[in-house]
Amino acid sequence: MTKAGRFPWHIVVFVLPGFFIYTLFSAWPLLDTLILSFFDQNDTGARWFSGLDNYRLVLLDPDLSAGFWNALWNNFKFFLVHVLVQNPIGLMLAALLSLKDLRGARSYRTLIFMPTLLSVVIIGFIWQLILSPLWGVSETLLEAIGMANYFDAWLGKESSALLTLALISVWQFVGIPMMLIYASLLAIPEELLDAAYVDGASPLRIFWQIKLPLILPTLGLVTILTFIGNFNAFDLIYAVKGALAGPNFSTDILGSFFYRTFFGFQSSLGSPTLGSTVASLMFLVILAGVMVYFWLVQRRLHRYQL
Amino acid sequence: MKAQMTKTALALLAALGTQAVNAGQLTIESWRVDDKDLWEQEVIPAFNKANPGIEVSFSPTAPTEYNASLNTRLAGGTAGDLITCRPFDVSLELYNKGHLADIKDLESMSNFSDVAKGAWQTDDGSASYCMPMASVIHGYFYNTEIFEELGLDVPETEADFFAVMDKIKAESKYTPLALGTNDGWETHQIVYTGIGPNYWKGEEGRKALISGDAKMTDANFVAPLAQMAKLGDYLSRGYEAQTYGDSQNLFALGRAAIYPAGSWDIAHFNTNADFKLGAFKPPVPASGDQCYISDHTDIGLGINPKSENRADAEVFLSWLASKEFAELYTNKVTGFFSLSDHQISIDDPVAAEMIGWRQQCESTIRLNAQVLNRGRDDLETTFWNAGQGVINGTMTAEDAAAKVQSILDK
Amino acid sequence: MSTKTKKKVNTALVHTVLLFYTVIALFPIILILINAFKSRKGIFRDPLALPTEKTFSTVGFEKVFAKSDFVLFFGNSMIVTLVSLFFILLFGAMLAWALSEYKFKGRQLLTVFMAIGIMVPIRLGTVSILELMVSLDLVNTLTALILVYIAQGLPLAIFILSEYMAQIPDELKEAARCDDVSEYSIFFHIILPLTKPAIATVAVFTMIPIWNDLWFPLILAPGEETRTLTLGVQQFIGQYTTDWNSVLASLSLAVLPVLVLYLIFSRQLIRGLTSGAVK
Repeated sequence: MTKAGRFPWHIVVFVLPGFFIYTLFSAWPLLDTLILSFFDQNDTGARWFSGLDNYRLVLLDPDLSAGFWNALWNNFKFFLVHVLVQNPIGLMLAALLSLKDLRGARSYRTLIFMPTLLSVVIIGFIWQLILSPLWGVSETLLEAIGMANYFDAWLGKESSALLTLALISVWQFVGIPMMLIYASLLAIPEELLDAAYVDGASPLRIFWQIKLPLILPTLGLVTILTFIGNFNAFDLIYAVKGALAGPNFSTDILGSFFYRTFFGFQSSLGSPTLGSTVASLMFLVILAGVMVYFWLVQRRLHRYQL
Repeated sequence: MKAQMTKTALALLAALGTQAVNAGQLTIESWRVDDKDLWEQEVIPAFNKANPGIEVSFSPTAPTEYNASLNTRLAGGTAGDLITCRPFDVSLELYNKGHLADIKDLESMSNFSDVAKGAWQTDDGSASYCMPMASVIHGYFYNTEIFEELGLDVPETEADFFAVMDKIKAESKYTPLALGTNDGWETHQIVYTGIGPNYWKGEEGRKALISGDAKMTDANFVAPLAQMAKLGDYLSRGYEAQTYGDSQNLFALGRAAIYPAGSWDIAHFNTNADFKLGAFKPPVPASGDQCYISDHTDIGLGINPKSENRADAEVFLSWLASKEFAELYTNKVTGFFSLSDHQISIDDPVAAEMIGWRQQCESTIRLNAQVLNRGRDDLETTFWNAGQGVINGTMTAEDAAAKVQSILDK
Repeated sequence: MSTKTKKKVNTALVHTVLLFYTVIALFPIILILINAFKSRKGIFRDPLALPTEKTFSTVGFEKVFAKSDFVLFFGNSMIVTLVSLFFILLFGAMLAWALSEYKFKGRQLLTVFMAIGIMVPIRLGTVSILELMVSLDLVNTLTALILVYIAQGLPLAIFILSEYMAQIPDELKEAARCDDVSEYSIFFHIILPLTKPAIATVAVFTMIPIWNDLWFPLILAPGEETRTLTLGVQQFIGQYTTDWNSVLASLSLAVLPVLVLYLIFSRQLIRGLTSGAVK
């Protein structure tokens, strides 16, 4: 490839700028965070090695650990809502959009994807206004279909706040699974479907028996992307419920817990070292998810070449 | 092509260079978002009249985020020159970490009483780190027009208070009480510590709790929580998701009759409500009882030791101690009562009424502001969650008190 | 029922479902936009009504522009997004090319190293990033944000671009090499133009999260001068929670530019999303 004996400077030039920025501002901070999670510090900023003390505090300490486990559990619920609501809706929309000869498919696709582009912060505020009992928009709407009695302060109740936030997030991000699944549906070879049509199979049967098995890898990808996104979420909770993730921490997820641990809240002061510990634990959770995904993909799903 | 790209890149990077800090520029950190206009249109111009050449900008953060984001900015070296101080332990910790300068020797500090200065001093009084600005008083506001319409009298006792709310609820479309539990803090800082002093006898109870002679589970600390447990019936539908801002709107729009108040809201309602505002003291348990009010030394101003305009910051603080500021602040930022010793007149009738309570009742500060929060990171948050839970009906008054006591026992 | 009517019914059903969901997707945005142009009384009295002559008001927008530096915030967001995007694409393409074209020691390792960034969110390194920026004296500068966003965007860019570049036929490069064209020229004059479709995809994937990010602006550059639009709106609403005119106007101002850009570029954007890049 390169002239023998000459040092391939061009490779260095191509690699270095990106490598340098990525290493300094992403890889190193991540590694440093992992290291920092094994340290403790006092008010003056002096730090010393403390082994697994921080992990013991976050995971086992009777006072502190409750917050972490609560956030982790809430985060799982948050993820579960996405898997059970967002991905099926995305699948359904994609299946409908990919129907042959559907008029206006492009307009539907464009419009439904719109919320995904907006900032989570903006979305959070918009929904907070819509659900606001003071403004009464959702109450009026429910009234119109005779369900006014079902209106409630969903965002304010311990029992429903997390679910409501998860559904807001689903509303915003349903476009992503929709697009990814849509793309893989379009990529299914025509001949395969034509053959089925000729055999007289109904569209529904074609979907279940031919299309769905073929797009399983995409569904797996969508699920793991959702997992990473959910366990890294923060903006929506912060915009709607603030860093305290109320009521009574019922909407606290790992992202908001990390923020509070790191920066503190009200009279409590933050700790960079404990914050690092929480971040490292989040890293482990995400890593575990990714490993499960790869394990399942390797075992069950054979990625098909398009 | 590549040379061109590099050039563009360099030009872009150069354009992004850090902005220099101009001399004579001061930034004030504060949680008083509602006062932004007043500072920009009244206070700062008045300061500039006396001290031209110093540019002051008022840059507030929402109250619920103030402490955390201020901490971040202080640690990151991006905080403003002047820092609005919460009273007692929160600011003491900032001072101990070197984020507030000692201003004990500023000459203008002599304009304040020891009580006022006490909120921003080290325990031994050897250092003062914030200049006292104002205190706030808690009670209830009411919509005088609704009270007239329904023929209601201002309640004196707890029983009167609930009778009035029952009547509003039964006989009108108005919401009796404009209060929400979404944000949480007002259930503690306005409601619990506002109505509670009548039960724990102000300073007496507060000091007993600090010394450990009293416990949160004692009857006189549980009673106000029990009173709060009854409030849920009188709030508007969906109050669990009602923010502090929603409550302000609800009352200002004339849809609610009573509003649990911090005096700082007088200014807000003077501009946003089109009815005549009234105020009454937190009701006492029984007729003829001595009354107590939460008269909280709430707000001070300190200097960020890393400020590059220390001299200008001191000029600003000295002006803060002047009679001119005291008069301006008390009358323009209505509902904050200047803590300096100057004799000033108060124009606003509601503000005058509230400051008049100081003569009739014993004053105290918020229950856990001093000493108790120290080393107990989660006490304030637990109080908020307790207030929230009790009003929402997800926690009993006894359980809430026990939860708080368990933190105090640590 | 004949098959023909059955088919008609089915098509109608499909449209009903899609239309219903489109309404759900758009309703909140439209609601904000129409109420932003109403007076305070109009907003509260009948939120679902369009602005009429009586309720029409732009007082919210006037207040927002008077009280807050939206133009500055918008400019900051533009600078941060565009500069980050430029470097992500440039450095990303360079790295992707090196990884897909040249055989050198440690190539595998480098590929894995860069791929970590796709799976691990950079947010988890915030503690160290903040300390690093403090020590570099970059806190409260747009540069800090740009550097972080470049680091954040590179892994995915490299992943997508190198897969694409691997498919470029060898003959093209070999012909050039025979003519003794330099490796730099090959990259900039032959490869880069051929990679345009993939670059568009990467641009879409990296641009949206940068423009919308709240976390890093909140932590690294919260100062008034360096506030991005997303943070500016968040803080503005925090300050004026009770002033619904201003709140709705600021939300509209945050939404509108994105919507306009989206409607102009939606075709390219969606083609990017649905193209082979993510199989």
